[in-house]
Amino acid sequence: MSNIAITDAGPSTAAKPMLTRLATGFVSRLVIIVPYLWLLFFFFIPFIIVFKISLSQSAIAMPPYTPVLDFTDGISGFFAGFRELSFDNYVWLTQDALYVKAYVTSVIIAAISTILTLLVGFPIAYGMARAPATIRPTLLMLVILPFWTSFLIRVYAWIGILKPEGLLNQLLLSLNIIDQPLIILNTYTAIFIGIVYSYLPFMVLPLYSSLEKMDYTLIEAAKDLGCPPTAAFWKITFPLSLPGVIAGCLLVFIPAVGEFVIPDLLGGSQTLMIGKTLWNEFFSNRDWPVSSAVAVILLLLLIVPIMLFQQAQARAQEEGK
Amino acid sequence: MKSLGSIRRDFAPWTDPNAKPYIQFENVTKKFGDFTAVNNLSLTIFEREFFALLGASGCGKSTLLRMLAGFEEPTAGRILLDGQDLRGIPPYRRPVNMMFQSYALFPHMSVEKNIAFGLKQEGMPAPDIEKRVAEMLKLVKLEQFAKRKPHQLSGGQRQRVALARSVAKRPKVLLLDEPLGALDKKLREETQFELMDLQQNLGLTFVVVTHDQEEAMTMADRIAIIDKGEVMQVATPAEVYEAPSSRFVAHFVGNVNMFEGKVAERAANTTRITGSTGAQIVVENSTDTKAGSDIVFAIRPEKIKVSSKKPADAVNALEGEVYDIAYLGDMTVYHVRLDDGQIIRASALNAARVTEDPLTWNDRAWVSFRPDAGVVLTR
Repeated sequence: MSNIAITDAGPSTAAKPMLTRLATGFVSRLVIIVPYLWLLFFFFIPFIIVFKISLSQSAIAMPPYTPVLDFTDGISGFFAGFRELSFDNYVWLTQDALYVKAYVTSVIIAAISTILTLLVGFPIAYGMARAPATIRPTLLMLVILPFWTSFLIRVYAWIGILKPEGLLNQLLLSLNIIDQPLIILNTYTAIFIGIVYSYLPFMVLPLYSSLEKMDYTLIEAAKDLGCPPTAAFWKITFPLSLPGVIAGCLLVFIPAVGEFVIPDLLGGSQTLMIGKTLWNEFFSNRDWPVSSAVAVILLLLLIVPIMLFQQAQARAQEEGK
Repeated sequence: MKSLGSIRRDFAPWTDPNAKPYIQFENVTKKFGDFTAVNNLSLTIFEREFFALLGASGCGKSTLLRMLAGFEEPTAGRILLDGQDLRGIPPYRRPVNMMFQSYALFPHMSVEKNIAFGLKQEGMPAPDIEKRVAEMLKLVKLEQFAKRKPHQLSGGQRQRVALARSVAKRPKVLLLDEPLGALDKKLREETQFELMDLQQNLGLTFVVVTHDQEEAMTMADRIAIIDKGEVMQVATPAEVYEAPSSRFVAHFVGNVNMFEGKVAERAANTTRITGSTGAQIVVENSTDTKAGSDIVFAIRPEKIKVSSKKPADAVNALEGEVYDIAYLGDMTVYHVRLDDGQIIRASALNAARVTEDPLTWNDRAWVSFRPDAGVVLTR
């Protein structure tokens, strides 16, 4: 085959496509390498460093752990350091009920917040997707608008709203709905409010994009075939928005598990979440190795939903839409 | 006795004054804001009829269909189905089903689930559903595609699924919104006949919306020509073509030549017309006209004969020059510029492989036609 091609076309013309093919092959491979390099430098190497610290022992030194694994004692010193690494910190995490409890409550709080965000976000996204096409960009803008203000400031603002003498209580008292101020700040309720508020756009945007794509004649077709509107929602709209539901839920759940600012500012000292535990371990106790171990376990805990997310995305892509 | 074209079937309830109407639009008006989509329209459709709503896009024909399905409510007037006023009945309680232009197949359900959807809604027992779905799949020849999802099917197959889904419930009326619009020409022609067979076999009433006159002519028992939300004419395909009621209908369906003129003299059976340029023609009486009134004589191209010499027996013959010729294989279309300047389109069937009277560009030619070859229109 190739012989015929070369005699027909001549060697000079045959060589040219070969070279270009090699060149394009190299360029396309280079393009693929970029994200891998990114992951290597900004995810994998930092993770290895954290993992190494989690296997070290706390020390009053600079940096506050040992061994440091450097070359001050030569190459043999570097390798000698490896023998000092141990899984003691991980064992410690399982022995102190505080950590297990913090992990479990974090997951539960994140899960409840995710469901609440979905319940609030779905009607918003649905309303946006069904709004006249001319005002949809404005609505989209309004959803994104809070991002223009610092996340920290917005969470602080909630303190002003939720505290016993805050705006919400003042309003309810003046309307005579309550006669005692509600204690919301520094409870789990405040954390739920904070998470639902802060992560709502992450839920609304993927939901909106999947609902907006949906052909409304499908609902008409369902009605035409004898399906009342509520049933049509559960049989057509909801299943078709499932990719958006999954994406939105994971985008809320994953960061919510490790959330630190909201439980710290709104949850007070009584509430227990792993992000806060990690912060305390790092800054108050200056125990880098234990806090690193907490971080590694947290990461492993989150990898499961991330994998689920990727699988769902791959499946959605396979479906062709 | 003369008859207009051929009547396909021995089915013409609209000629029977005692026939019970099945679907009635009574003075129906539909407004969207300032826009009047349907304007005081009345229409009667009979049981087991294949009825076509024909019109250009935006003429209101789809709105009529959507009002019948229940997606829109009339602003004024009422719609009756089998004697029952449909006002206020939501789409999911109407005994009509619709085949959507986009097919609207549920993308997350397999072919059989799509077809079973309506049956499940009415609470049919599972074994019966299974039987009915199998029957429907057989009807549209998609047995081996039952488990496929819509995105794994070709356009023609999707169209069949949509059809099967909409007839599965055995609706009283099947509404079809541009059912063949998304198919290519060849497939469209095949499917036209399949739809007609299906309608005959199931004995359903079909109301089809289309902008394709050929489609409407082929399939429908009767056609309603709609323009700007009003009915221009309701008649059989042959009547619409051979006896259009207005210039609009004559122009809308097929090709037509129009002689503008005045009634010069009206005899017992014939009318003599003086054309706007002075030419005289004699035509058979088809409309009630008075001498001196402005009229238009409409004649189809295939009813006009083109010849190089004036035919001896011709009642109407006008002289001109061959201006353009289009050879289409099965027929040849001549454009003849009459001496008064009007251009006449005439077509001749190429029944023989050779012609004895060859005409070419710029030849002198005569166009001739019989007095009963066209119709006199007053509007």
